[in-house]
Amino acid sequence: MKILLVFVALVVAACGQRLFMGDQVLRITASDEEQIGLLRVLGEQTELQVDFWRHPTSPGHPADLRVPFPSLQAVKIFLESNSISYSIMIKDMQELLDEEKKNMTKSRRIERSTSTFDFASYHTIEEIYDWMDMLVNDHPSLVSKIQIGQSYENRPLYVLKFSTGGSNRSAIWLDTGIHSREWITQATGVWTANKIAEEYGQDPSVTAILDSMDIFFEIITNPDGFAFTHSSNRMWRKTRSINAGSHCVGVDPNRNWDAGFGGSGSSSNPCSEIYRGPYAHSESEVKAIVDFIRAHRNVKSVISIHSYSQMLLFPYGYKRVPAAHHQELNELAKKAVNDLAAMYGTKYAYGSVADTIYVADGTTIDWAYDNGVKYSFTFELRDTGRYGFLLPSTQIIPTATETWPALLDIMLHVLEHPY
Amino acid sequence: DIDDVGHKYYLELVLEDVLDKDSTVNCTAEVLYHLGNKNIAPDVQFTLEGELKNTEEADNIFYSRIKSLEKELVAENIPDSHGNVPPEMEPVRLLAWVASGYVIWQNSTENTKFQLAQIKRVKQVKRSDEYLEFDYTILLHEMVSQEIIPWQMTVLWHPQHGVQVTQDSRQPKHASQ
Repeated sequence: MKILLVFVALVVAACGQRLFMGDQVLRITASDEEQIGLLRVLGEQTELQVDFWRHPTSPGHPADLRVPFPSLQAVKIFLESNSISYSIMIKDMQELLDEEKKNMTKSRRIERSTSTFDFASYHTIEEIYDWMDMLVNDHPSLVSKIQIGQSYENRPLYVLKFSTGGSNRSAIWLDTGIHSREWITQATGVWTANKIAEEYGQDPSVTAILDSMDIFFEIITNPDGFAFTHSSNRMWRKTRSINAGSHCVGVDPNRNWDAGFGGSGSSSNPCSEIYRGPYAHSESEVKAIVDFIRAHRNVKSVISIHSYSQMLLFPYGYKRVPAAHHQELNELAKKAVNDLAAMYGTKYAYGSVADTIYVADGTTIDWAYDNGVKYSFTFELRDTGRYGFLLPSTQIIPTATETWPALLDIMLHVLEHPY
Repeated sequence: DIDDVGHKYYLELVLEDVLDKDSTVNCTAEVLYHLGNKNIAPDVQFTLEGELKNTEEADNIFYSRIKSLEKELVAENIPDSHGNVPPEMEPVRLLAWVASGYVIWQNSTENTKFQLAQIKRVKQVKRSDEYLEFDYTILLHEMVSQEIIPWQMTVLWHPQHGVQVTQDSRQPKHASQ
């Protein structure tokens, strides 16, 4: 019957007509042979123009009858006066056909864009959330989407999980877009997530990593901010939480973590771009990640991706004292930036946050490091200021392409150095 | 460290032509940040070891094009949100970049790092003399504070006389933020 409905929908779509407005489909159950006979006679009344989608065969077995609108009253009177029980299965055929047509058009659109998603453009939050579902759909045994919480404005915080099985395997955490104006990061995140999915089973390194470890990837880490950069202010950095007693909105999510919280590398002024928030983890976007990583208990690396400056950084930002694993992290960073530069010659500086960029407290990677996640890195992607946050979309794929080997270096190192 | 004066930095740089990556010129510079009064721009001395490329032809083309416009040039958001700059706006953007360099110099301390983030608005002001005049509202990005600072600057330019910033002032952050 569904096939018939689809066929009819196609016919209607092709004709562009509303042939079936008000028509109904009745499910009729004849109780004895006499009633079966009556139904057959009904079907033969040409002026009624009814047609059986399912013919009356034997008592107790339902027959389905399409009745054109003009004949409805006559048919119902006939059935009722002969005590033949029926129910209305389809109240308005045209409505159903319109709905079906809409769904078909929609899936056609979705299907088209699975393989034609434009990685070389900047996208809206809706487009990226839709694409995430497509990715899961395309790689159902590898990728799933989980929600770790909600933003201040109640947007879902989605994380893509890449896993080939096991139970609570060691994991790598990646995030992009924590500062919403850094558009190259969300765009790189989309490309990279796609790359991971594509390369599993193809690239030996990706395969080795995913055969033993899971990857969790939060692409839109600050959805409220991201939506705001599209709707109102392209240069918005922070969350969009209301600050009590201030007309200024938002907290810097990369100063809100409980690591050196409240120092000189952040601000107590809600109007500041580096406002730390009223207390550590006040921001739901940050708390969601804290809770997730804590509950997981087996995250071995946190890689947080920002722009711009072309740097690869590791802890600490809140103090100028070298981290315990400074040497190892430094060596790994050096290897990663060399492999990044090998692609197109893009030069990256590397070192601890405090030495290389500035003192910053309450940052993601300092918190991760102080909570046992040894391999914690921050990337600052292209460029060095010529376009800054407004990096031309023509540079999305080159940026993502060159960053990929650096990410792989780190992930492989994590795989090969379990702790 | 220079006692009672300030901090002096000795720099060796390579200047790279924005329009031709292979064209470079070496440069040495001395920058003195004054102690105390942060309202004085740092002193800068520099020596170019070589010559800058001649840009006369491109300058004249741009100059003639603007001079011959019937209506004053007006534009907004350069680059746009996606980093796009219409080709005919590229010289306008480069001019803003040069002029913002002056504003940045005048407002720099050892604890600031400014970049031109965007031209919010540019409006040509017609003049009776040979100069081109543009009234820019730009956004400066300060790296340490991460602030986006609107700044107004009036820029004069002529192919033979170069760039001049005749007026500039910091603007208040927009109320909607």
